[in-house]
Amino acid sequence: MFELLGIPPQALFGQLLLGLINGSFYAMLSLGLAVIFGLLNIINFTHGAQYMMGAFAAWMLLNYAGIGYWWALLLAPVAVGAIGVAMERLLISRLYDLDHLYGLLLTFGLALIFQGLLQNQYGVSGLPYDIPEALSGGRNLGFMFLPNYRAWVVVASLAVCIATWFVIEKTRLGAYLRAATENPTLVQAFGINVPRLVMLTYGFGVGLAALAGVLAAPIYSVNPIMGADIIIVVFAVVVIGGMGSILGSIVTGFALGLIEGLTKVFYPEAAATVIFVIMVIVLLVKPAGLFGRTA
Amino acid sequence: MGETARALAPGADAAPLLAVRELETWYGESHVLHGVSFDVRPGEVVTLLGRNGAGKTTTLKSIIGILKKRTGSVVYDGVETIALPSRTIARLGVGYCPEERGIFASLSVAENLMLPPQVRPGGLTQDQIFELFPNLKERLASQGTKLSGGEQQMLAIARILRTGARLLLLDEPTEGLAPVIVEQIGRTIARLKREGFTIVLVEQNFRFAATVADRHYIVEQGRVIDMIPNAEIEKNLDRLHTYLGV
Repeated sequence: MFELLGIPPQALFGQLLLGLINGSFYAMLSLGLAVIFGLLNIINFTHGAQYMMGAFAAWMLLNYAGIGYWWALLLAPVAVGAIGVAMERLLISRLYDLDHLYGLLLTFGLALIFQGLLQNQYGVSGLPYDIPEALSGGRNLGFMFLPNYRAWVVVASLAVCIATWFVIEKTRLGAYLRAATENPTLVQAFGINVPRLVMLTYGFGVGLAALAGVLAAPIYSVNPIMGADIIIVVFAVVVIGGMGSILGSIVTGFALGLIEGLTKVFYPEAAATVIFVIMVIVLLVKPAGLFGRTA
Repeated sequence: MGETARALAPGADAAPLLAVRELETWYGESHVLHGVSFDVRPGEVVTLLGRNGAGKTTTLKSIIGILKKRTGSVVYDGVETIALPSRTIARLGVGYCPEERGIFASLSVAENLMLPPQVRPGGLTQDQIFELFPNLKERLASQGTKLSGGEQQMLAIARILRTGARLLLLDEPTEGLAPVIVEQIGRTIARLKREGFTIVLVEQNFRFAATVADRHYIVEQGRVIDMIPNAEIEKNLDRLHTYLGV
């Protein structure tokens, strides 16, 4: 078997696939964060917990109601998104006139509460969630084995990210969102219900996190701390892409997943820190992020 | 053009389309308007003239509801709007064009133009808008803020003409523009007046205001202190100069 730079192709492509999978989750989560930050100016620290709640919702639907994966893909984001809507109306909306820090502290506190509640109920050992039958197995590509479910996660994430980008950049609703991000007061003075737009945007961003959680459930075990593990990396992705940049979140999410995967192949010791090193460099060279607009 | 708007013409006997009474407004703790009162009749063009900081822009922002801390009475088309949010006031048929134009950088010219929703039937069609502002037609795909200052001003006015709004609040539409563009905006306002739109215009440039307005309200220290009909402006020039400090 041939080797690339002394690395067997199975190892290289295997890690690239893992990187792509991680990148899929980074992209979906950072996209939700970017949408929320863009319109609400809130750094949503509950995002990791909402991703975890999506996975738990899928697990609960299956174990308490017998509802399987495919319905969970729809129902879990809707349910967790609805919780997000209630959070926005009852709590977050009271902080819009205050400094960003207050929103960050509130959402961080809520993340700890959600995490603590589920940890208290289900422990931290993780709950299994099987791959749906239609996506079990895999195929041998010659240079690597490609599990069907992982291929599905990458394709589904890409489709969701592109659809979200399309809605925001190319539709009338997206124009409302972009305009309200720039000048909500004026958009409201045109007769558009900005508070409702904000509420639904938060719900949508949270729903995206929950959808990522459902996609992740069969790959990682369903665990109350799964969100806390990933969210710090996702914030680094958002900073690198540019706070609030939709395209930046998607591209940076996938790209950093791949870079992380490649680092695991060529210099495994740095795999856990490479994203943060890139974040530091980007902050020094281009503080608004790779795709961010400077004020 | 809306039939209703076209049928209405300015007349001294008509009931006011907009009646502002004892309007007081605060920016936080700062008390800015101290009891502004004036009327605007259907089909009229009325200007608010005054020095910098007199309260003209604040008056417009209070009418459209952007400034929430306000008391008094603002009746538009028979509806008391003082407690309504700005989105509801806009939906009654009030179009607002802000001083800084409010063109969105993340939107194309076409998206900026189509952004405000139709609040009433009878707004200008896109063809009518391009007839008024031919430049915009050629720049539809450009980023909104890439337009020249004059084109941005045209876009800011154009987008509220689409909505069916009958009362237009225009905040310093000529500010910082070249004389030739000011003339074009003057012709546009005159045309809109002929079409039956009612317009409240905030201006510092009373020479421009005199070419388009029916009446001028003088705003000073958060109050309307005088009203000069445009027909009498020549004989009141000294008075006006004193008010405006020219």
